[in-house]
Amino acid sequence: MAVKLKDLTKNKEWLTGGHRMCAGCGAPTAVRQILLAAPQDTNLVVCNPTGCMEVSTTIYPYTSWRASYIHSAFENAAATICGVETAYNALKKRGKIEDDYHFVAFGGDGGTYDIGFQALSGALERGHRMLYVCYNNEAYMNTGIQRSGATPYGAWSTTSPFGSESIGKAQNRKDLTAIVAAHNIPYAAQASIHNWRDVAQKAQKAFAVQGPSFINIMAPCHRGWRYPMERTVELAKLAFETCIWPLYEVEEGGWKLTAKPRQKKPVEEFLKTQGRFRHLFTPENEGQIQVIQDFVDREWETLLKRCGEA
Amino acid sequence: MQRTVAVVGTDAVAEAMRQINPDVVPAYPITPQTAIVETFSEMVADGKVESLLINVESEHSAMSAGIGAAAAGGRVMTATSSQGLALMWEMLYIASGLRLPIVLANVNRSLSAPINIHCDHSDSMGARDSGWIQLFSENGQEAYDNTLQAVRIAEHPEVKLPVMVLLDGFIISHSVDRMDFLEDEKAKKFVGEYVPENPLLDAKNPVTWGAFDGLYGHYFEFKRAQQQGMLNAPAVIKMVGEEYGKISGRPYGFFEEYQMEDAEFAVVALGSAAGTIREAVDNARCADMKVGMIKLRMYRPFPAAELVQALSRVKAVGIFDRSDTFAGAMGGPVFVEIRSAFYESAVKPLMSNYIYGLGGRDLSFGLIEKAFSELDDAARTGVVKEKVNYLGLREGEVE
Repeated sequence: MAVKLKDLTKNKEWLTGGHRMCAGCGAPTAVRQILLAAPQDTNLVVCNPTGCMEVSTTIYPYTSWRASYIHSAFENAAATICGVETAYNALKKRGKIEDDYHFVAFGGDGGTYDIGFQALSGALERGHRMLYVCYNNEAYMNTGIQRSGATPYGAWSTTSPFGSESIGKAQNRKDLTAIVAAHNIPYAAQASIHNWRDVAQKAQKAFAVQGPSFINIMAPCHRGWRYPMERTVELAKLAFETCIWPLYEVEEGGWKLTAKPRQKKPVEEFLKTQGRFRHLFTPENEGQIQVIQDFVDREWETLLKRCGEA
Repeated sequence: MQRTVAVVGTDAVAEAMRQINPDVVPAYPITPQTAIVETFSEMVADGKVESLLINVESEHSAMSAGIGAAAAGGRVMTATSSQGLALMWEMLYIASGLRLPIVLANVNRSLSAPINIHCDHSDSMGARDSGWIQLFSENGQEAYDNTLQAVRIAEHPEVKLPVMVLLDGFIISHSVDRMDFLEDEKAKKFVGEYVPENPLLDAKNPVTWGAFDGLYGHYFEFKRAQQQGMLNAPAVIKMVGEEYGKISGRPYGFFEEYQMEDAEFAVVALGSAAGTIREAVDNARCADMKVGMIKLRMYRPFPAAELVQALSRVKAVGIFDRSDTFAGAMGGPVFVEIRSAFYESAVKPLMSNYIYGLGGRDLSFGLIEKAFSELDDAARTGVVKEKVNYLGLREGEVE
């Protein structure tokens, strides 16, 4: 499936401008890239858990959504959207509605990796026809930069500050995309906003499947990561180039890298761009960057093996 | 002709659900509610309903999926008990706040800890301020009748609030009782077609549900509007109860008055205990004790004025509570609310509270007679000896 930017720009924008997400936020870019690749002959219901995107796009009495939209709570986007999908199936079965619909949830990493994980796992297991997108900025940004299960080792956050007794976050992030893939759903992928073509291709595949699909998309947050706002896309790209955030897909159980950095950059290149890792460069934390490098190398090797490239 | 059957309470609710034939039923198993969902699952499997089940992974997701399905435009029902209702707590408020007419059967069971699977009203009383209408049932027949009426009440345009039908765990849910079911056609006609308001699945009119209220919001006005639904509910509940009476021969109101005409003292109770108390009233009447009973059906909204009127004629009232508020010496929730209802009243009967049956402790005739005797004394002497009484408690075990 060749994707042309020229074609995508003709497609319907489901999220309008004028929403209140921060300038330089990666999340609305992720939403627009994914929804521009949605089938054009269908309607959408979009669901958010509580989070940045919800509070910034639905400030009553306004809405930024051209699609039907529902938010109900924080831990239940997957359960809520599967309720919508089931009602659609029920009403369609009874001949009460004729229009075709797709169902999409956009949750942050807090609402997906952590509090919303049970609802997500349940919905994946039940096989609802829905696309769940995690716009991943590696912490609870809406509540003010608290660590989540997606926050990388060593990162500062307001609940994992560094200090004489603390390196920052003391644990590695969990590998959610692999965990989702382990549900044996038709399509799961990891994407990043710096590669719009890759995102669009993945979104097209995700929308086309008959069951659940999942995209974990890197969407940096300059407020939480502490970098100048104009560098968002550049940092997403650096995460890819350092293999901190590889781009791959798992289609019907088959693992495949969809892009590979020409030359794998050291993690330091990524870490040094952000205030949240600044303390790792002090003499007392010598060796910690290597710890992170080792973790990234190990995950990368595992992924290469899964994709048959090792 | 109505069908006369002998079934357990959970089957009575499942039968009402079959006749209602809702679009979506998201549910999670918990004792003693399980049998409702099991029976309904068989109905789905056998094609007796067109409903779609969602076998969710938790009660929190049951109510979340219910909210999604109801906002999408579907008629939604579910059932739970105890910890399940407690786990739904967050979503109960969202269902009522979004004005979604979901109907939930809650099979009353105690709340942990200690874990106990038997009946009391701690679970439903925990949800009394969640913005749901609450209808208590004395037996399987009432559980069936309340379930059919709940749909009409919830979906009424003047109400638009979710409704909880309450039936006592095991005592009703697992006891075989004689009851009458409406003919399918009559039940369907009574329930009617659901016409959702601003559904998500209207392609020409996309809508946003659950918007953020912002910093200078309208939250206060929304909540007052929600209260209006509750204020409008009694008239609708009365109208629906009367209409149901015409087709079934079983009319329903806010509460039932039993032997209240000449009663000198009375007791107030909810749920299955009312059946035992009614029998005890009959026995006491044989012994020339002028006792009456009020069986409260509509707990939310609370029929304060009507209860005051009905109870003003007696000298002493014993309020039976199957849960405690843990507010210190305030007593159980029904007691607190009835006392509050009497605040402006010039005529106030003496009032005492009987907390009974926690964790399924049996309410025997002997215990009811003890309460009657104390209330009789109070009515004669004008003195209440003990305001809050724990009926049937093994005092020696309490440290």
